[in-house]
Amino acid sequence: MALLEIRDVVKQFGDFTAVNHVSLSVEAGEFFTLLGPSGCGKTTLLRMLAGFEQPDSGEIILDGVNVAGVPPEKRPVHTVFQNYALFPHMTVAQNIAFPLKMANVPSEELKQRVAEVLEDVQLTPFAQRFPHEMSGGQRQRVAIARALVNRPRLLLLDEPLSALDAKLREEMQIELINLQKEVGITFVYVTHDQGEALALSHRIAVMNKGQVAQLDVPEVIYSHPKSRFVADFIGQCNLLDGTIVGIGHDRMQVEIAGVGIAETLLLPDAKVGQKGTLTLRPEKIKLAASLPLDVADEVHFKGKVHDCLYLGDVTMYVIELENGILVETMLPNSAPGRAKFFDDNDLVELAWRYDAGHFILS
Amino acid sequence: MAKNKSLGRWLISGPPLLYLLIFFAIPTLIMAFAAFRFPGDYGGLLPFIDINPESGKNELLIHAGNWQEFLTFENFSRFFEDTIYVELFIKSFWYAGITTLVCLCMSYPLAWLIARSPKKYRDLLILLVILPFWSNFLIRVYAWMIILGPQGYFAMTINQGLALVGIAPIQLMYSHFAVIVVLVYVHLPFMVLPLYANLEKHDVALLDAAQDLGASGWRRFWKITWPLSLPGVWAGSALVFIPALGMFAVPDLLGGTDGMMIGNLIKQQFLDSRDWPFGSVLSIMLTLAVLMMAGLGMMIGRGRQRNAL
Repeated sequence: MALLEIRDVVKQFGDFTAVNHVSLSVEAGEFFTLLGPSGCGKTTLLRMLAGFEQPDSGEIILDGVNVAGVPPEKRPVHTVFQNYALFPHMTVAQNIAFPLKMANVPSEELKQRVAEVLEDVQLTPFAQRFPHEMSGGQRQRVAIARALVNRPRLLLLDEPLSALDAKLREEMQIELINLQKEVGITFVYVTHDQGEALALSHRIAVMNKGQVAQLDVPEVIYSHPKSRFVADFIGQCNLLDGTIVGIGHDRMQVEIAGVGIAETLLLPDAKVGQKGTLTLRPEKIKLAASLPLDVADEVHFKGKVHDCLYLGDVTMYVIELENGILVETMLPNSAPGRAKFFDDNDLVELAWRYDAGHFILS
Repeated sequence: MAKNKSLGRWLISGPPLLYLLIFFAIPTLIMAFAAFRFPGDYGGLLPFIDINPESGKNELLIHAGNWQEFLTFENFSRFFEDTIYVELFIKSFWYAGITTLVCLCMSYPLAWLIARSPKKYRDLLILLVILPFWSNFLIRVYAWMIILGPQGYFAMTINQGLALVGIAPIQLMYSHFAVIVVLVYVHLPFMVLPLYANLEKHDVALLDAAQDLGASGWRRFWKITWPLSLPGVWAGSALVFIPALGMFAVPDLLGGTDGMMIGNLIKQQFLDSRDWPFGSVLSIMLTLAVLMMAGLGMMIGRGRQRNAL
């Protein structure tokens, strides 16, 4: 039995359906992420888990108990809020002790547990400081410590890193992963940052317009997006519209209008004539001035360089195919010396393995 | 550059500083000095410069030999010799304290409701709170005299109700009750405004966080809202307590023979008894008492910070 089961939950605000028939389950000890653009319903879902909102229909089962109608203060669920919501009139130690006091933990045990959790988040020397005397990253750690100290069954994190700068965010990501391993508490993490979701999560539920668009492990979400939305939302992705023109026993041919035929993985229920989109990650495309033709399992196209974007570690090349379609691809800047392999309008050749991409029926 | 900046600062803070100096510091000093002098024959103070009866000229009469005829500690000893003055002080503090407490209890929920009401109504509601200021203070006090007077519907209704259960009619006017009711009425906006200004700024997310971490409604209030609102509570209390302490019009009109406060006594010394020196002593004692209370409050406030778990 999963620790958390969300069954067919619906939440409406007036005419707006924030969460639309969502069902999912989270296992104990999992780092589970709700990922989606703003307004996709992820925060509403989180607030329903915390108890601040009640679902209009459907059930939320935590530890085998339906938590409908249980107020937030009675749920074994604690939240790390987006802007930390630390109590400004309490010291770090008092902030962290707050949930223990509310649970009437005896004072000896309380002191010990506060000390332990301060140790866990490396804030022991800051125990007597007030929140306004600390940096953003430190406040973040206090917020996490405060939510963890009473050992909730479920820890909810609402975009906890969004207020930090990029460098600090990366450090905190590593800290979060380690902390989660250490305490073994189930995390439900809400973010709109796909990089963060991919880096942190055991599983990701990509949400769009109140529904779960795809739920899987990060590798599958990234390499086999089930819909155009997921492909587009997660990372960089080339989306080439095409029509199925031939079906083999493990692969099929897709015609990309005005460009040519591309082989791709067979979809189980594909039929000739169906339209769809070929998704292709930039880093899976080979790019060179000339590439050998007729390599087994490879798709081969010609084009010319439309734009170059030097990104430091890689250079992104935007290649214009014959039909004017733009394809993004990248080359690592691994060679010393010249970082730029091509200039605008250079003629180039592209190739990718037939199983590098993924066809989505529309 | 730095010089310009400090010059600018002086230019900005100069006029209000000068204003305070002229209209607050100097009168206070004059009063402190007056407390050591004798009253003049027809009120005011016994002058240092006057027509010398011997020479018939205007000249300085005080000198090393006769200063005791012009300066004295007698006014202060008079204050402590009779317990009636200290008793009146205690009674006034008591009135002002009750007024402050009642104002606080009434204003807190009101300010909280206004702070939590939709933004578009807040200004209107605050306007309603300060609306009474638009009519004259004395007119409002006279209105209360009509309400509380024996012919007023309020008093009549209460006494009819009491008659039903067999209790003799009570008098609302000219009583401690009347004084405190009107003191509360007059000072209520001074409590509501600072409380509202404070409560309005509270981050609602803190209450969500407290609830999420296991705090019930009352504990959320006492652990989060109340401590964070203390600056507003102190500000409002000071704005109510201090003027209520010095109030003389309300006890004059509604207090009857028994309702006198320290303000009435001070007014009496200056206007009726024409004893400016003793009036000054009473004023100084009042100022000192208020300062002591403020200092005590600050000490308590400081002691609260950063205590252990």
